[in-house]
Amino acid sequence: MARYDRAITVFSPDGHLFQVEYALEAVRKGNAAVGVRGTDTIVLGVEKKSTAKLQDTRSVRKIVNLDDHIALACAGLKADARVLINRARIECQSHRLTVEDPVTVEYITRYIAGLQQKYTQSGGVRPFGLSTLIVGFDPYTAVPSLYQTDPSGTFSAWKANATGRNSNSMREFLEKNYKETSGQETIKLAIRALLEVVESGGKNIEIAVMTKEHGLRQLDEAEIDAIVAEIEAEKAAAEAAKKGPPKET
Amino acid sequence: MMKLDTSGLESYTSQFGACSGLSGGISTSPSFELPSITDFDGFQKEAIQMVKPAKGTTTLAFIFKEGVMVAADSRASMGGYISSQSVKKIIEINPYMLGTMAGGAADCQFWHRNLGIKCRLHELANKRRISVTGASKLLANILYSYRGMGLSVGTMIAGWDETGPGLYYVDSEGGRLKGSRFSVGSGSPYAYGVLDNGYRYDMSVEEAAELARRAIYHATFRDGASGGVASVYYVGSAGWKKLSGDDVGELHYKYYPVVPSSVEQEMVEE
Repeated sequence: MARYDRAITVFSPDGHLFQVEYALEAVRKGNAAVGVRGTDTIVLGVEKKSTAKLQDTRSVRKIVNLDDHIALACAGLKADARVLINRARIECQSHRLTVEDPVTVEYITRYIAGLQQKYTQSGGVRPFGLSTLIVGFDPYTAVPSLYQTDPSGTFSAWKANATGRNSNSMREFLEKNYKETSGQETIKLAIRALLEVVESGGKNIEIAVMTKEHGLRQLDEAEIDAIVAEIEAEKAAAEAAKKGPPKET
Repeated sequence: MMKLDTSGLESYTSQFGACSGLSGGISTSPSFELPSITDFDGFQKEAIQMVKPAKGTTTLAFIFKEGVMVAADSRASMGGYISSQSVKKIIEINPYMLGTMAGGAADCQFWHRNLGIKCRLHELANKRRISVTGASKLLANILYSYRGMGLSVGTMIAGWDETGPGLYYVDSEGGRLKGSRFSVGSGSPYAYGVLDNGYRYDMSVEEAAELARRAIYHATFRDGASGGVASVYYVGSAGWKKLSGDDVGELHYKYYPVVPSSVEQEMVEE
């Protein structure tokens, strides 16, 4: 009697791909990540789980460049992320070589999603256990884009999205509070979304900002702390205003 | 056992799609085996010599203020025998890109059609037209992979894309050059003479067409392997448009009408 190879992704009788769903579970256990698209700025933020004292934090980069104009953040298995990111980086350069043009955000997202899908339909492999948030500006049209892919290989464009731990709460917050923003406002919106699920403070959050002129810029702890302080002040003011308006006598 | 790389004949998706196989990175290209022969290089050289026509033709293209002008003759020759006076040497890759034919007719026609397919697939996948740069690079990469196997293609890819007019020269040696004035074929030296002399960047479409026509005419006058009909195409922001196709014999009498000579002259010339 042949033993079924447990590593193959096969359909269940009611139409589920369990391996893919389990991969999504792995994503849900990963660190929180959020992406917000503004009119001229796109912001990626990830939760930084408390690092060990002896660990060199600079070697743990959670938001990475795929090319000068494209960046990626992910939630899930970090080792899988490394493999996917390397393949995507090669593809970005390969595209530049064959058509003498940088990739569009949609193109590289389609490539990454295609790769993730391939691993759900091959023998002897398991799906990648990560969802990615891909941001960037298209080379000629300068349109900002935010895309998300997941282990099943689907992808779509978003105005703002979150993935990883407690992504539902973050997404709810974004749905309630999203509006077209630019520059600093976009950064604040992303941080506010992250603060919903993460302990407040610059050392628990990693933020990167992408603009057309300056590419990807990682904010350092001091900057993040400053913005967090601003946000808290605004929140306090809003609370006070709610309770505050002097009762008419 | 030598292997012939046939990846150029594969369908678009398998060549350019996500890394074939899960090895991710370099995949072995599809190939078939060649017969083992003692002197394969010598055999190849002979084959190339046999197949290599001297690119008997005249084609030219140049960029000017209003766009790109493309012109060519229409003669096909086999040695000293003129096999056809009505060959279409300007190939319509798609509504906004043209390719010219010099060298092996079959090679040019096939690979230009193949390029047209790839351009269309690029459009469908990426929801925007491919640039002239990208199209010429696709062709050049294919021709490079067949380098040394006897393809004979000397083509110019002319088109209009987001960045404006574009013109590239691509050949079967694998070369690819960006430029604003090219002429290819056995009649090209003659065409260059007229073209370089009369070229100005800010010509009108009519002036540029007339320059192209005259350059082709002069090449057909002096070069035995060029003749037939001088076709002139214009590529602008709205795509290409065929402007004229004049028989070069008639052009000759248009440019140099016969002057009826007086009786005295005739007696002297006698």
